[in-house]
Amino acid sequence: MEIPYTVQNRPDTGIYNAKLGIWLFLASEVMLFGGLFSAYVLLRVGAAPGEWPHGWLNVTLGTINTLLLALSAITTLLAWAACKVRDFGKFRIFHACTILLALTFLGIKSYEYRDKLMHYEIKLNNGKFADGHLVEKSADFDLAKKTGSVTLHGHFVDDEKELADLRSPEAQAAKHGEVVVAATDIKSMGNYGPRHNTFTAIYFTLTGLHALHILGGTLVIFYFWAFGGAMWKTDPERFTNRIEVSGLFWHFVDLVWIFLFPVLYLT
Amino acid sequence: MKDWFAHNVIGLPELASSNGQAVDDLIVYVHWLMLALFIGWILYFGYVLFRFNNARNKKADYQGSKSKVPSYVELAIVAIEAVLLLGIAVPLWAKNVSHFPTPEESTVVQIVAQQFAWNARYPGPDGKFGSQEMKLVAETNVFGVDAADAAGKDDVQVFNEIHVPVNKPVLIYLSSKDVIHSLKLVAMRLTQDAIPGLRIPCTFTPTKIGRYQIECAQLCGNGHAAMAGGFVVVQSQEDFTAWLKSKSGSAAPQSFE
Amino acid sequence: MQSNVQQFPPFREPQPQHAHDSHGHAEHHEPNFWQKYIFSTDHKVIGIQYGFMSLCFMLFGFFLMLLMRWQIAHPGVPVPVFGPLLEKILGQPAAHGAISPDLYNSFGAMHGTIMVFLGVVPLAFAAFGNYVVPLMIGAPDMTFPRINMASFHAFFLGGVVMLVSFFIPGGAAQAGWTSYSPLATTIPTNGQAFWLVGMVLLITSSLLGAVNFIATIIQLRAPGMTWMRLPWFVWAQFVTAFILLLAFPPLEAAGVLQLMDNLAGTSFFLPTGLAVGGQLVDRSGGGSPLLWQHLFWFLGHPEVYVLILPAMGIVIEVIANNTRKPIWGYKSLVYSVLFVGFLSFIVWAHHMYLTGMGQKIATFFQATTMMISVPSVIILTCMFLSLWGGSIRINTPMLFALGFLPMFGIGGLTGLPLGLAAADLYLHDTYYIIAHFHYVVAPGTIFALFAGVYFWFPKMTGRKMNEFWGRVHFWCSLVFMNLVFMPMFAQGIKGMLRRMSDGAVNYSAARVPNAIDALPGSVMQLNGWILWAAIALGIAQIPFIINLFWSIGHGEKVGTNPWSATTLDWQTPTPPPHGNFAHEPQVVRGPYEYSAPGHAEDFTPQDEPESSAAPLTPTAHH
Ligand code: HEA
Ligand code: HEA
Ligand code: CUA
Ligand SMILES: [Cu+2]
Repeated sequence: MEIPYTVQNRPDTGIYNAKLGIWLFLASEVMLFGGLFSAYVLLRVGAAPGEWPHGWLNVTLGTINTLLLALSAITTLLAWAACKVRDFGKFRIFHACTILLALTFLGIKSYEYRDKLMHYEIKLNNGKFADGHLVEKSADFDLAKKTGSVTLHGHFVDDEKELADLRSPEAQAAKHGEVVVAATDIKSMGNYGPRHNTFTAIYFTLTGLHALHILGGTLVIFYFWAFGGAMWKTDPERFTNRIEVSGLFWHFVDLVWIFLFPVLYLT
Repeated sequence: MKDWFAHNVIGLPELASSNGQAVDDLIVYVHWLMLALFIGWILYFGYVLFRFNNARNKKADYQGSKSKVPSYVELAIVAIEAVLLLGIAVPLWAKNVSHFPTPEESTVVQIVAQQFAWNARYPGPDGKFGSQEMKLVAETNVFGVDAADAAGKDDVQVFNEIHVPVNKPVLIYLSSKDVIHSLKLVAMRLTQDAIPGLRIPCTFTPTKIGRYQIECAQLCGNGHAAMAGGFVVVQSQEDFTAWLKSKSGSAAPQSFE
Repeated sequence: MQSNVQQFPPFREPQPQHAHDSHGHAEHHEPNFWQKYIFSTDHKVIGIQYGFMSLCFMLFGFFLMLLMRWQIAHPGVPVPVFGPLLEKILGQPAAHGAISPDLYNSFGAMHGTIMVFLGVVPLAFAAFGNYVVPLMIGAPDMTFPRINMASFHAFFLGGVVMLVSFFIPGGAAQAGWTSYSPLATTIPTNGQAFWLVGMVLLITSSLLGAVNFIATIIQLRAPGMTWMRLPWFVWAQFVTAFILLLAFPPLEAAGVLQLMDNLAGTSFFLPTGLAVGGQLVDRSGGGSPLLWQHLFWFLGHPEVYVLILPAMGIVIEVIANNTRKPIWGYKSLVYSVLFVGFLSFIVWAHHMYLTGMGQKIATFFQATTMMISVPSVIILTCMFLSLWGGSIRINTPMLFALGFLPMFGIGGLTGLPLGLAAADLYLHDTYYIIAHFHYVVAPGTIFALFAGVYFWFPKMTGRKMNEFWGRVHFWCSLVFMNLVFMPMFAQGIKGMLRRMSDGAVNYSAARVPNAIDALPGSVMQLNGWILWAAIALGIAQIPFIINLFWSIGHGEKVGTNPWSATTLDWQTPTPPPHGNFAHEPQVVRGPYEYSAPGHAEDFTPQDEPESSAAPLTPTAHH
């Protein structure tokens, strides 16, 4: 006996194996991101008043990325449609777009990451704070030895709270410029990496996990794009199913971003 | 009957708090239900194994049991569970977590657990706690006491030895400074997790003078089993007041290692 | 009974060798060793791989427990025989061959983890599920054979990571199988990180498995195998798969977050102002320890039904077969298991009553917890009533299945007081809890699993396991299991706490005579007795292990259907060829047509063509 319904739908369930499989897998994915989102909510409502950050992320870049993924959803759909009408050439073109869009998305994302990792908050011995993007560390800079200095492009603030809500008028009004801090004045210094606070932590975790999904999806799609030809000739119907299934996964990953974007960037 | 069953059959240890009675009763009632079910099933079980053994019953009956009894038994179980739940458990818990004695009528104690010991803090004779702040919390100042505040001058802070007067509610504000611990007073029928970052109230009313141990019920590291140095000492009101006086002013921030 | 073995429609007689090629998969050459045993995609081979691995892990988990029980009975006394060995491999934590608190905590955490995630789940769900489910529903294999293989390899890797963690500096995870933060993050060793990585692998394995099982049961049922004709074991596996599919991901999420806490220095589960061992922790803070507990128990509770449902499924199959009559109340069994599956998602916080839970939430979770006990009662009742009117055939599988009933009964019933917050208030974290859940998982689930091994062994090998030694195994296990766990109720009710690396001597009257509520000597004495009972329990497994391996080559040879069973798994050649069925079976009746009126035999296979007027469903009388 051979395994049935690998390509054709099973009459009474009206679905073929792989499609059912991916739906089930997506169900578990929903629970995975559901868990992370509920973590986000709990951390946020649990945060001390005035401490949850606002406007820390670049909305323009976020919007662009959203559009990129939206577009890629369309090209994915078209690629599948192309297979349906047995037009391999079109399929190639559309999924080429999908892949390029995905790579651009990842490019922008990594730029955003880098921006956060270059952004430092320095606690000064006098209780004030220096905050801004790293311009340079003097050659002899060494926190432990207390030698040298760092230059940031940013500003000084008296209270850490002022750094929380960057959409507030005060924050908007703040003057940014070159600030030089001597190691001798530094109490502690850290960038806006995951450990900076629970917001950056959940931000990096959520978007990082999502980026991994994008990467995985892209690899799969690329595989079909590059090496799909063989199966296309022998068993186009099966190939079409694979494109549909990988498409379903891709749409899910897009959907996750549609939630991530407002939650992280806009609120 | 009930208490005899509690102590001689299921073997609950001595009870030394007024709030504990209800807990014991509930435990007893549930165990009556469990025993009834268990014995009933076991008898039935033994009987069928004997009666329907293939040595005795060559041909199985395709239809099997047509009795309605099982359904009634199941309904009975549901009913009893409902009674225990809605009639006893829910109200009892409500009382436990939403109806605390007022600070005036009770002995107020702040307890902060640490690896692997208990710190306790009383308002001094003036009955007022000195103000505290989260950001003042430090190794030497587990309660984050604001040394500047006058009300705190006479506060009492003790280590591992918590005295309380008998027959008066004790109102505890429980927290932890490192990992999760759990304050368990067996004789008082009290358990409450001590969770860092939270300040959880809990209460009991001791009825027997004496010395009781504080068990740490939550795995809190390699010293968990050894976190047994803590005691609750229940005294007469007079002894307690005297003791509190003798300790007055000990709450000025200092290390307790 | 042997006579029945011959009574087969000829076309179902086992084909000689070439059966394999003619009905096998695409590749027509004989697979070599690696393809056959390591990288096999055949559900039967994978099932056996899972089975063997998980049994070994179970034995290992038990061995850890023996060491712990020694430490509990004789705190600080070097372990006899194994002590020097321990010190040699583990070094400092096992100095002088004694078990330090750190080591005890590692062993405790790993005993729990290994037994649950590397022992029972892979055996009950993956092993039996893989081997039996496709056969029972008349499928040639799992829907996704390669994913099936991947799932096993993920499981294997996870196991390796867990084992390796014993040998890293500082040893394995020490924060209990529940891994509560902040403890799990503040312990300065890497054991926890290994634990988390291992868990992520195991979770991945379970997810792949779950997808495969559900797809298989939905898509590959043979013609005529309608939902209400599925053997109940398949239903149990179906619900189990859904639980795994939906409950595991949140734990995976939690695992990722805790991994970030441990490696990337985040503070998901660390509140502000932690001061550990002297100074304030250098963290941003702002996290919530309770968040971890919610995410953990959201899996943790459904997980316990993952441990029990397949076991119940096995018990039902064995009981139906050995009472020689239909299962009582098949329909209510099906609805109950679905109900349990659903409810198991909304009871998790009954593990958290004492974290300062408010009145409303507590009421909700107490209610759901009481509710979930009802379908369990119904399932047990159906099992018991199925015995009524039967012609009960006592053999090793049946003995274990019957043993399961009261054992699970005790474990389940003692869950009731725990479900009521005010009673749990006293019992929480005492040995009463340990006793409660071990009655369900050890003499409960494990007995059911033994029943399954003895029951399906003939299908896997064509030979029966030795009956006499099987019975010895059962009676000894039954006695010693109870001698191990029954005393724990007594200890728990007296207030003896779990996770005590010194058997709670610090709370004993010997140590604190002036404390009114110190544990009496009688309670401490039990520790010694339990140790001996546990050792005896271990010895009682030796007949099983020998029997298992000996019977592969020397057991009594039997035909394809030695138990005269009705389900499809017994209607194929033994052992089933690649592709399982010579011809696609045509199912014409329900799963438990035993002693059906108007049939010569006292069993009518599901796919035996309809001859006389026999009722179509086993539940015709309902
Ligand atoms: C297979 C595993 C399994 C199963 C099935 C159950 C079943 C149940 N469990 Fe258990 N439980 C665990 C495994 C399991 N549990 C584990 C591992 C823990 C500890 C985790 C940890 O902290 O480490 C735990 C802890 C635990 C707690 C937390 C205790 C605490 O930490 O304070 C609670 C509280 O409500 C609870 C309740 C229940 C209830 C109400 C059931 C109900 O579903 C039971 C329903 C069944 C019945 C009601 C029996 C019906 C049978 C009959 C009526 C017939 C009787 C017949 C005869 C006697 C012959 N369990
Ligand atoms: C499925 C789950 C499971 C199972 C089966 C068991 C089985 C056993 N457990 Fe365990 N246990 C847990 C899950 C389980 N446990 C968990 C989750 C905890 C909590 C951990 C924590 O606190 O974090 C715990 C904790 C725990 C404690 C408390 C420790 C403490 O709190 O300090 C104790 C104490 O006695 C204990 C004992 C036992 C014993 C004696 C068995 C025995 O019943 C073992 C029986 C098994 C055998 C006898 C081996 C059978 C195997 C074979 C025969 C294999 C044959 C091999 C081949 C063929 C190769 N367990
Ligand atoms: Cu503190 Cu356990
Ligand atoms: Cu539970």
